[in-house]
Amino acid sequence: MKNKIFFFIFIILSFIITFPQNETSKDEPVVRVDSTIVKEFQIKDVSNDDGSKLEISCQKVLEGNNSLFKLYRKELNDTVFKNVKTFQSFPVKIVDEGLSYQKKYQYYLAVSDSLGNESEKCLIGDFSPKADLFKTDKTILLLMIIIYTMVIIYLVESVRKGKDLFVRKISGLDTLDEAVGRATEMGRPVLYVPGSSSMSDIATIASLNILGPVAKKIAEYETKLIVPNRDPIVMTVAKEVVKESYSEAGRPDVYNDNDIFFLTDSQFGYAAAVSGIMTREKPATNLLLGMFWAESLIMAEAGNTTGAIQIAGTDAVTQLPFFITSCDYTIIGEELYAASAYLSREPLLLGTLKAQDYFKGFIIFIITFYFVILLISWITGGNLVFLNKILEILRFIFKS
Amino acid sequence: MFLRRTLPLLVSAIFGIALILQFFVPHPASKSFYNLMLDWLIIVSAFTYLIAVQSTVELHFTKIKRKVEGWQYSIIVLVSLFVTALLGVFGGAFMPTTLWMKIFPSVKPTDTTPLMYTYLYMQMPMQSTIFSLLAFYMASAAFRSFRARSFDATLLLVTAGIVTLGRVPLGEFIYKGLPDVVEWILKYPNMAAQRGILIGVQLGIIATSIKIILGIERKYLGGGK
Repeated sequence: MKNKIFFFIFIILSFIITFPQNETSKDEPVVRVDSTIVKEFQIKDVSNDDGSKLEISCQKVLEGNNSLFKLYRKELNDTVFKNVKTFQSFPVKIVDEGLSYQKKYQYYLAVSDSLGNESEKCLIGDFSPKADLFKTDKTILLLMIIIYTMVIIYLVESVRKGKDLFVRKISGLDTLDEAVGRATEMGRPVLYVPGSSSMSDIATIASLNILGPVAKKIAEYETKLIVPNRDPIVMTVAKEVVKESYSEAGRPDVYNDNDIFFLTDSQFGYAAAVSGIMTREKPATNLLLGMFWAESLIMAEAGNTTGAIQIAGTDAVTQLPFFITSCDYTIIGEELYAASAYLSREPLLLGTLKAQDYFKGFIIFIITFYFVILLISWITGGNLVFLNKILEILRFIFKS
Repeated sequence: MFLRRTLPLLVSAIFGIALILQFFVPHPASKSFYNLMLDWLIIVSAFTYLIAVQSTVELHFTKIKRKVEGWQYSIIVLVSLFVTALLGVFGGAFMPTTLWMKIFPSVKPTDTTPLMYTYLYMQMPMQSTIFSLLAFYMASAAFRSFRARSFDATLLLVTAGIVTLGRVPLGEFIYKGLPDVVEWILKYPNMAAQRGILIGVQLGIIATSIKIILGIERKYLGGGK
């Protein structure tokens, strides 16, 4: 009986002792968010974006803390919290992505201790991202494009008024006539490869611009022209260009629709097929103009073994060495874009060619100027403030 | 004349300017306009593949009809074309069709489709074969280029020799600093030359785009005037 009374007293006592403890753990969390930290938080819109990002930052310095901070986000009229980031030390800078500029978001901070007990979420603030209408970091680029366009328009107008412009000799393009003539003399066809890229590549458009005058010359000489294509859109445009050129030359009867055809869209399949045409048809002239990738050397070497005169041109820097090695003449980079104006000698097109040269001169001047300033700054030990300012401005321009 | 020349020029100018502006506007409306343009490009490209098939069939059919030299190969092209198309239509592209599984009950939905089979075991090995030829072509091209006929060619030969040696373990074995020398050659003289070309290329691209947008360049529409 005595034992039973002791047992009940023990049970009641232990209940009294443990009960208030449970009450406090329910009402008051083990850890709390320091309100001074919350006040230090800043939410701001990320500039030059589509309204999908917000930047949440806190400059307060807090290191060596065992607590884990959790940043939560929820939409204003929603109840679902999403953990944006968990971090341990301050200062902190978080860019929250994947938001919508049409919604308002609330950010909360919670803290959890080493046992994993998490505090109540404390509201930092609410914010709505802004969708910008202009990329201010691209202002310099826009200005450059506007100035470049103005220079082109000015030069085109000057040419229209009768100004004579000097254009330097491009031997690869000068040889085109000779190459077509050679094919005529040998009674063999001319093979024109407009590159392996699609119509959305400017190099392909430049190639088709060259195809026009070349096809006209070929029509005048009544030589066969073969244009194998990798892209159906390019094929359609090439057909149109060649047909018009034959008509302009007064020889629409010589035009054969089957000479401009589609081969395959497979990169190496195309290279193999073009190499096959080179071996079977033995064209006297191979013109490889446009955008090329790894297949460039396969085609150029196949053409080289047949003994054809080869003129290649591309703006792909990595493929240029292959063409220089295997072809007789190579149109390097920008010359491909100048070819249309160079061949047609159309005054309006020559104006744009000149603008290209002037702008290139301007870029060379800026780079040289930067180099000289950098050199002076280095010699003087970087102590001249105005030189550093100039360098800063130039670096900003280059970056833009 | 309006449909053949004026309309395409107007379309080029309007959409050219719109897409330039789109580049400078980060607003979601600008992005959706760009995506819409990409969708249109895909749709138009899909239709042009019909023209591609028509061109291939017509070309090879003419070759067979006229019995030009090697016309037998044209039969192989046409048969391959139709067999592949049929395999794709009836067998499925990425997973077997219900019809295919009904015809061949042993085929499971996870099995490789007949079209994929032709791609993996026929087209891919053939492409790899052509790609592997590049090594031999490179050797023959290098042999022609690296003959020391002039000062420039000698310079090229020496540089190529250093770069080639520095890229293989033997180079490092001969001289430990050789990979660093190669890195310097690639990073400075080589990069400087490449950037020079690239600046010209970019200016050429912008100039050509402006010419097309302003309607100064019209040769891509056929004819010069």
